[in-house]
Amino acid sequence: MGSTIIEKIIARNIGAECVKPGQIVTVNVDRVMIHDIFIPFVADKFEEMGFTKLWDADKVVLIYDHLVPASQLDDARHFRKGNEFAAKYGMKHVHRSDGICHQLMTEAGYVKPGNIVFGTDSHTTTYGCVGAFSSGIGYTEMASILGTGTMWVRVPETIKVHITGKLAANVTSKDIILTLIGDLGADGATYKALEFSGDTVENMTIASRMTMANMAIEAGAKCALFTPDEKTAEYCEMELTEAESSLVGDADAVYCKEIYYKAEDFVPVLACPSQVDNIKPVRALAGTEIDQVFIGSCTNGRLEDLMAAAEILKDKQVAPFVKLIVTPASRKVYREAVENGTMEILAKAGAMITHPGCGLCCGRTGGILTDGERVVATNNRNFLGRMGTSKVEIFLASPKTAAASAVAGKIVEG
Amino acid sequence: MGKVFRFHRDVDTDQIIASQYLLYPTIEEMKVHTFESLDPEFAAKVRPGDFVVAEENFGCGSSREQAPSVLKALGVQAVVAKSFARIFYRNAINIGLPVIVCKELYGAVSEGDEMSLDMSEGVAAVNGVQYTCTKLPPYMQGILDQGGLIASLNKEEV
Repeated sequence: MGSTIIEKIIARNIGAECVKPGQIVTVNVDRVMIHDIFIPFVADKFEEMGFTKLWDADKVVLIYDHLVPASQLDDARHFRKGNEFAAKYGMKHVHRSDGICHQLMTEAGYVKPGNIVFGTDSHTTTYGCVGAFSSGIGYTEMASILGTGTMWVRVPETIKVHITGKLAANVTSKDIILTLIGDLGADGATYKALEFSGDTVENMTIASRMTMANMAIEAGAKCALFTPDEKTAEYCEMELTEAESSLVGDADAVYCKEIYYKAEDFVPVLACPSQVDNIKPVRALAGTEIDQVFIGSCTNGRLEDLMAAAEILKDKQVAPFVKLIVTPASRKVYREAVENGTMEILAKAGAMITHPGCGLCCGRTGGILTDGERVVATNNRNFLGRMGTSKVEIFLASPKTAAASAVAGKIVEG
Repeated sequence: MGKVFRFHRDVDTDQIIASQYLLYPTIEEMKVHTFESLDPEFAAKVRPGDFVVAEENFGCGSSREQAPSVLKALGVQAVVAKSFARIFYRNAINIGLPVIVCKELYGAVSEGDEMSLDMSEGVAAVNGVQYTCTKLPPYMQGILDQGGLIASLNKEEV
C-alpha cells in the first residue's frame, strides 16, 4: 500500500519501511526555531530539566521578531535573556532584526525538503511550502528537544486537497486557503496533515504556497505539505535528490478525506470577525467602511504580496481617513521592494512602511486599534482582541483585496 | 468534587490568556487575567479542584504554553471538552494539566454544577449521571501521571 507525504517523511526519519496514522513514534529533529517571546521560558525549562548542552547548536535558530523593535521595557529583558542563553550554549544562528521567524527559516535556508522542524509558534506549519514536516510546540517541549534532539509524534491522518485550473486575476492563494478553512471549519483538520496537489498549486510560486501552509493551523492542522519540485529546488538553492522529489502522495495512499476544487470557482473572500472560519465573499460585504488596512505578516508580507498591492496602488492615494500600514516580512523582502520600485509606489500612495516584524499582527505595536474600528488585514488571525481591543473588527483578506479597500476606504474586490 | 465553568466552542488561546500578559515574568502574575475577555471574574471565582467544560476545539490558536499553565496555576482540576486543538493538548499534558475528551458532558451540565472526574477510568460524574470520556493514549497518560514532561524526563534519567 502507498504512503502520503507525511508518512514518507516520518518513515524515512525513523528508518522504517512505512508508518501508519495513529502510531506514536520518536523522530529525530532536523532543526528548531525559537522566537523572542518564549526564549526566556525555554531557557528556564532547559536548565530545570538538568541539561548542560544543546544536542546540536547548529540546528537551533533563535529569532527576535515579535518584540522588534522593543516597545515596552520588558521586551528588552527578553532580548537580554536570549543573548545570554545563546552565548552560554554556543548558538550560531541568532537573528536580532532580520524579519519574521517563518519567513527567515525558509528564506535563509534553514529548512529543506523532507526535514522535520519544530518551532515555538503555531504558524511553524509554514515550512510545508518546501515539503518539510513542521509544526508548533510549547516551550517545555522545545526545551526537551534542545537537550535530546528527539520528540514524540503521532503519525497524522492526511486530508488531500486537489486544486486544478487557473485562478481569476483578483484571486490569490490567500483566497484559496481562507475558502478551505471556511469549508473545513476551525477544527476540521485537527491532528491531521493537509496535502495539496493539482496543477494550480504546481503553478504557484513558493511564496504563494507559503501563505497556504502558514494558515493550515487555522483549520487545526498539524502540518501542510506541498511536493518539492523545480521551484522548490530553485528557492532552496539546491538540487533535489530522488528521495526529495519522491515526496508525493502515492496513488494508492490512504486519505481520511479528499477535497476537489476548480480554481475558476474561487472568488476573493474575507474571514469576518472574529473567527478565521467565518468566510464570506468580498462582494457580500462590499461598501463596508474601514479605518485601517494592514499588508504584512508571515502570511502575506512577501515581495509578490507587496508588488500585488503596488500594482493596485500605483498612481492612486489611500482614502484620507484610512491608515495603510505595510510591513515587509523580512529585511531581504524590504530591500528587494526598495530596489524594484515597489516601496516608492506604496509610499507615494500614502502607506506607512514599518520595519519587518510581527508587531501589528500579534497586537503589540505599530498600529493597534481601538473600540469600534474596522481593519482589513492580510495576516492570519482575526481573534477577539488580536490587534487591539476586543471591540475591533478584523477582516482577513488577500493583499489585492486589502490594497483595493485602502484606496476605496471601504471593503471592495481587488 | 469541583464546580463546572462552562465555555463555548473554539475558545482560543488569546481568550484564555491574552498576548499583552505573556511578558509578565511569572505565571502567578499572569493567572489573574485568565479568560479575561470572556469572564473578567473567572480568576476570582474559580477554586482549586474546579473544572473547565467546553465544546469543540478548546485552545485553538497560538502555541503559548501559558494557556494551560494559568489554568493549572488557578487549580483547575481538568479541562473536559468535546475536542482540543493539538498544541494546547500537548502543552497541557507536558505541564501536567489533565485534559480529556467527552462528547456528551457539555450538553448535560450547567455552569456551577458539582462534578467529579476519574481520569484513569475516563468517567465524569455530575447530577448523579456518569459520562464516559475518551481515555488518553497510555504514552500521554504516562507523562501526565508523572506530573508532566520535566518530571517524566527526570525519571527516565534516573
